Amino acid sequence: MNRTLLVAKRDLAAYFNSLWGYVVLTFILVINGLLFNTQALGESARSSTLVLEKFFEFSFGTTVVAAVLLTMRLIAEERQNGTQALLDASPISDTQLILGKYLSALGFLSILTLATLYMPALIFVHGKVSIGHISAGYAGLLLVGAATLAIGTFGSALGRNQLEAAAVSGFLVLFFVLTWKLGRLAAPPLSDVFSNMSLFDKHFQPFQRGRIEVAAVVYYLSMCFVFLSLAIRRMSLRRWQ
Amino acid sequence: MISVSSLTRYYGAHAAVKDVSFSIADKEVVGFLGLNGSGKSTTLKVLAGLIMPTAGEVCIDGVDVLDAPDSFRERIGFLPESPPLYKEMKVGEFLSWVGRIKGLSKSDLKTRLPEVLELCQLTPRKNWVIGNLSHGFQKRVGIAQAIIHRPKLVLLDEPNSGLDPAQIVEMRKVLAALKAECTVLISSHILSEVSQTCDRILVLHDGRIVAEGTESELAQQLGQGDSAETAFELVVRGEAKAASRLMEGLEQVTSCTVEDLENDRVRLCVLAQTDIREQAAEAIVQAGMGLQSLQRTQRTELENIFLQLTSGGAA
Repeated sequence: MNRTLLVAKRDLAAYFNSLWGYVVLTFILVINGLLFNTQALGESARSSTLVLEKFFEFSFGTTVVAAVLLTMRLIAEERQNGTQALLDASPISDTQLILGKYLSALGFLSILTLATLYMPALIFVHGKVSIGHISAGYAGLLLVGAATLAIGTFGSALGRNQLEAAAVSGFLVLFFVLTWKLGRLAAPPLSDVFSNMSLFDKHFQPFQRGRIEVAAVVYYLSMCFVFLSLAIRRMSLRRWQ
Repeated sequence: MISVSSLTRYYGAHAAVKDVSFSIADKEVVGFLGLNGSGKSTTLKVLAGLIMPTAGEVCIDGVDVLDAPDSFRERIGFLPESPPLYKEMKVGEFLSWVGRIKGLSKSDLKTRLPEVLELCQLTPRKNWVIGNLSHGFQKRVGIAQAIIHRPKLVLLDEPNSGLDPAQIVEMRKVLAALKAECTVLISSHILSEVSQTCDRILVLHDGRIVAEGTESELAQQLGQGDSAETAFELVVRGEAKAASRLMEGLEQVTSCTVEDLENDRVRLCVLAQTDIREQAAEAIVQAGMGLQSLQRTQRTELENIFLQLTSGGAA
């Protein structure tokens, strides 16, 4: 088996063998359930399409939080526990290591995201929404998750411990979420730059409404590429520092 | 054959290791001695491929760490002072995973895993969760992960630290068995262990190799037996650096080495030209530290050599 997959398999199993994995899973599912009842369903009658859109809107937030919580341990925990020496002394490249770690977090986040499927399923059974809308929304959530995990992996590679990693990732993710607000406040051409950088708004709203836009897919995949490359670069540098 | 030539490693502007050169023959067991801050750990980290040298060459069978780092690491097994273990995994499962990461195929692993478990006396613990093992067994798992892929060179950093006397005897057996398999470089503060286990000794001081050879060769070089110095051992509750400075400040003291113990205690090995017990006790008490024991000790030949080499007397 490829070394990347060996790392991914071990780390994915570590989520299920640790309390942390279950804490994140439970926390996100409980919050999602509460928001579904209070925000999406609400007290007044609304169309099932609107309920589904609202569901994807708050799921964006919980996915982003879950991604930061899941990635904070990826590299920083190895450093804290001293197991980094095992990996550093092994013939595994920094690219294989980062990709393996990233894939494990992506695997766990995908399981977590799919565990929320019962809520859209309820809307589907009791309302009038299409499977296409649900699929597009989940594709968006997985892409947002993938991009945020890449930012978190970079944060984890930077942090000396898990708290530092969470702080760095949290700051970066918050920045990339809130740039759409900056886009509305700034004047052109800066407003275009900011709104094109945002993880939310322009890029996520099409998915939320049941549309898959190529430009948004390319944006999220680019974010993955940029931040994973930075994480790999950061890992390579440590041998020279 | 392991060859290190003109190895230099800087951290910022500080050179932790300066122009270090040595070579180790196949199946040789070499002891690496040095005080804290002597550059021992840095040299081990470079040899393990954890950090890159600023200058110089480090080769194993002609493979240079800078030219082919992954290939170099395939030839290395490394056990840091604190064993790098995933404590939620079972022993067999962990060693299989490490074996695969280090390049063993599934079929290789089938024959190699039982061999390594037997060599490290871990067979009865194969299905134990690592976190439930004693410190001694965790050290053995650490050695097992270092040798699972049949490396050319195994680097062991303080393999006996934190072990009780019974575990040290068991560890000695494991180290003796390792000699048949590969070249071993052991870094240790426990001089008697180095003396018993190693074929040859390298002494590092201030980032440079100050002596190398067998124990008797080193003794000959330094003209042992003529020394009029006496050794004293103190166990003190207090800060290591402060206690060491205190001893070095006493007249007649020629050198002082410090070893950290549990519960904020340190062991000081002091070499002096006269009996300094009264002055030492007075200085420790006046400095507000706790003096737990103070005695004249019978030093081994290796201790004499080590203290002379690291007290600035050797070049």
